[in-house]
Amino acid sequence: MSAPRNYLTEDNRLRSWFFTTDHKRVAVLYFASITLFFFIGGAAATLIRLELINPQGHLVTSDVYNRLFTLHGVIMVWFFLIPSIPNTIGNFIVPLMIGARDLAFPRLNLASWYLFMAGGLTTLYAMFAGGVDTGWTFYTPFSTMYSNGYVVLAVTGVFIAGFSSILTGLNFIVTIHRLRVPGLTWYRLPLFLWSLYATSVILVLATPVLAMTLLLVALDRAFGIGIFDPARGGDPLLFQHLFWFYSHPAVYIMILPGMGVVSELIAVYSRKEVFGYKFVAWSAIAIAGVGFFVWGHHMFVSGQSPFAGLVFSFMSFIVAVPSAIKVFNWTATMHKGWIRYDAPMLYALGFIGLFTMGGLTGLFLACLAYDVYVTDTYFVVAHFHYIMVGGMVTAYFGGLHYWWPKITGRLYPEYWARAAAILIFFGFNMTFFPQFILGIEGMPRRYHVYPPEFQVWHVLSSAGASILAVAYALPLFYLGWSLFFGARAGANPWQATGLEWQTTSPPPKHNFEGTPIVKRKPYDFTVKGKARAQNA
Amino acid sequence: MRQQHDVAQLGMWVFLATEVLFFGGLILSYCVYRSAYPAAFAEAARHTKIIIGAANTAVLLTSSFLVAWAVAIVKLRQSRFAAVLLWGAGVLGVIFLVLKGIEYGMEYDEHLLPGLDFFYPGEQARAVGLFFSFYIVATGLHAIHVAVGIVVLGVIGARARQRAYSDAYHSPVTVAGLYWHFVDMVWIFLFALIYLPGRSG
Amino acid sequence: MTRDRYPPRAIVVSWAALMALLTLTVLGAYLPLGAGNTVLAMIIAAIKAALVAAIFMELRERNPLTLAFACAGFFWLGIMLWLAFSDYATRPNFPPAMHWGQ
Repeated sequence: MSAPRNYLTEDNRLRSWFFTTDHKRVAVLYFASITLFFFIGGAAATLIRLELINPQGHLVTSDVYNRLFTLHGVIMVWFFLIPSIPNTIGNFIVPLMIGARDLAFPRLNLASWYLFMAGGLTTLYAMFAGGVDTGWTFYTPFSTMYSNGYVVLAVTGVFIAGFSSILTGLNFIVTIHRLRVPGLTWYRLPLFLWSLYATSVILVLATPVLAMTLLLVALDRAFGIGIFDPARGGDPLLFQHLFWFYSHPAVYIMILPGMGVVSELIAVYSRKEVFGYKFVAWSAIAIAGVGFFVWGHHMFVSGQSPFAGLVFSFMSFIVAVPSAIKVFNWTATMHKGWIRYDAPMLYALGFIGLFTMGGLTGLFLACLAYDVYVTDTYFVVAHFHYIMVGGMVTAYFGGLHYWWPKITGRLYPEYWARAAAILIFFGFNMTFFPQFILGIEGMPRRYHVYPPEFQVWHVLSSAGASILAVAYALPLFYLGWSLFFGARAGANPWQATGLEWQTTSPPPKHNFEGTPIVKRKPYDFTVKGKARAQNA
Repeated sequence: MRQQHDVAQLGMWVFLATEVLFFGGLILSYCVYRSAYPAAFAEAARHTKIIIGAANTAVLLTSSFLVAWAVAIVKLRQSRFAAVLLWGAGVLGVIFLVLKGIEYGMEYDEHLLPGLDFFYPGEQARAVGLFFSFYIVATGLHAIHVAVGIVVLGVIGARARQRAYSDAYHSPVTVAGLYWHFVDMVWIFLFALIYLPGRSG
Repeated sequence: MTRDRYPPRAIVVSWAALMALLTLTVLGAYLPLGAGNTVLAMIIAAIKAALVAAIFMELRERNPLTLAFACAGFFWLGIMLWLAFSDYATRPNFPPAMHWGQ
């Protein structure tokens, strides 16, 4: 039985893909790209974990090790995590969720993918032509004066990709403001859209500062203008202020979309409306806003003034509050819900646990005095991997599985998916929990030679990483299998309430037959087992 | 069409917000170093060519006037005359760039441009170098934005001449105008930060 | 109707005001006001920018959402300057170059 005509079958010529303005096809282009980058970054991680099994570091030299963790960080942050949910699931689902035919600026959407690829290929070239040894943070004056590597090329690649971020955020903001169908008021929006809106605000306001920062690094390195060079009156800390002004809000870009996905998953798989909808909605905005006030917590020991440290520490405690609000509301949503443990729900539950751990350890780091002790140790590495991988990547997989039927028209094999989710959870914890211990014991980050007493934790961590690698590869196989052999999905396999489920799987090119009109609040599961769609 | 116009100009305002933050990083750097080296910055600013700077400001302000005029009358179906105004603004933009180029030439001869044979006698050299680093990056980036704007005005002007725009459809003119006015606005602030300090010394 | 080609009054008046403010700011730079020179220059620049925004960019005719978007960039720039200066204004050994090699 062949599928009815949909956005995938619409036109099969190659040029119809590479010149498409259909948001769904752009999303698929992004899916392919970021999957590639994920496995490249993952390959670097594999080499890092292999290297760290042995305290003497026999696999690679120190210089190569520096280039490995730089590659891992640069690729994973800018070419996987930041575009992950917004440019794949977001691009696909946002217009569908608001009942629109496409985003506000479809051609800018396609342009953003080309910019992303141009930046990505430039950066990959820099990494493989010889690499960069500065770490993904490009601290000056090492990056501008002493580093022996392709710094200018690498920052150029990231600079170009930054425009992709900006265009995406711009598109989402205008789309969510202006393209909602009749009846879809702000308080009827699915929470995924509130989170993506907050993410887009950060994308738009923070990324330009990164652009300027990287430009100055390139100019300083190429022309010696001396803006970050103490010998010429410059201040290396100015780089850090500029860099972290972007990079701290960037970590909220790398979690808010995941939180948005989790809100959707918890509601559907508990068959209950989200508890405290307005609190969850506004907490996303609060995270985006307050997230701009805390960047100095990356600089507590850098030489910034203690007064500034105090201010940033205080603000960093405040920013934890809206995240906690979300966790409490998700838990309350599940209370007395009718819970199904399908794979997306397993990922959502994993997110809540792992994000909570990562977030709480962030509070440890927000304490000025404690941070002095654990800064630049594996404690920090564990903290951000719990949030970015345990949180965001987990949510990405959850969303990928949840919307897979809508995007591809196929159902994934449920038992394989659950197995992979559970394996990811175990592999992840085995990889990264020992790193908290390593950090507290004093193991610095970015070192590959270490005292022998740390080896047992490193071996545990690397063993966990091998399980995690298999677990991450599994979806590649069974999702790929499902594309050709999976059962065909109906319009609404999960009996969810959003507008995206009121059209076929996959959707037609123009998304909806006729314009939906919204009459209900989101997550209206008033009749057990039955869903009341928003436009019913 | 009205919704499309609204959407287009909202999109441009979002983009302009990104531009504010892009130049903003430079503004922070300037503020940090000016607060650190006030005397040197004042001395360095005295070496800028205020006559050319002021003339360029007048040129850009007038070009903005022409663009605003064009945007206003295109809604009254004066598309062809609007084209003249838009191209006039573009010509003024070219004049701006020419004057800027002359200015850069003079500063290069005076060894004031860091990375390009910079030399400054005296102990304030390092901070003067920082001032001129800010100067060349800020005005250079601004000039690139002006160049892009000239092309945009040229293209929109050409389409206006073909009567592409009317009261019903003119969002490209509005949006191009917003971009050009913003470029003018950036220059207003750069002029105040670069050319005016230290003159009363 | 060639009267449709005339520039709107508000735009002409704004341009004249901008040129006057330009003259004012250049002359004002030569007055011995100490720290007041910077304040004066920034105030005049802000007024010029506001004129361009309100009249040329037609912000005065736009809805509150557009106005919010227009102000957002400046507001966030303010955050960056303010919090960065919470460091620079309170750092004991700044600028570093002054202590270099001593």
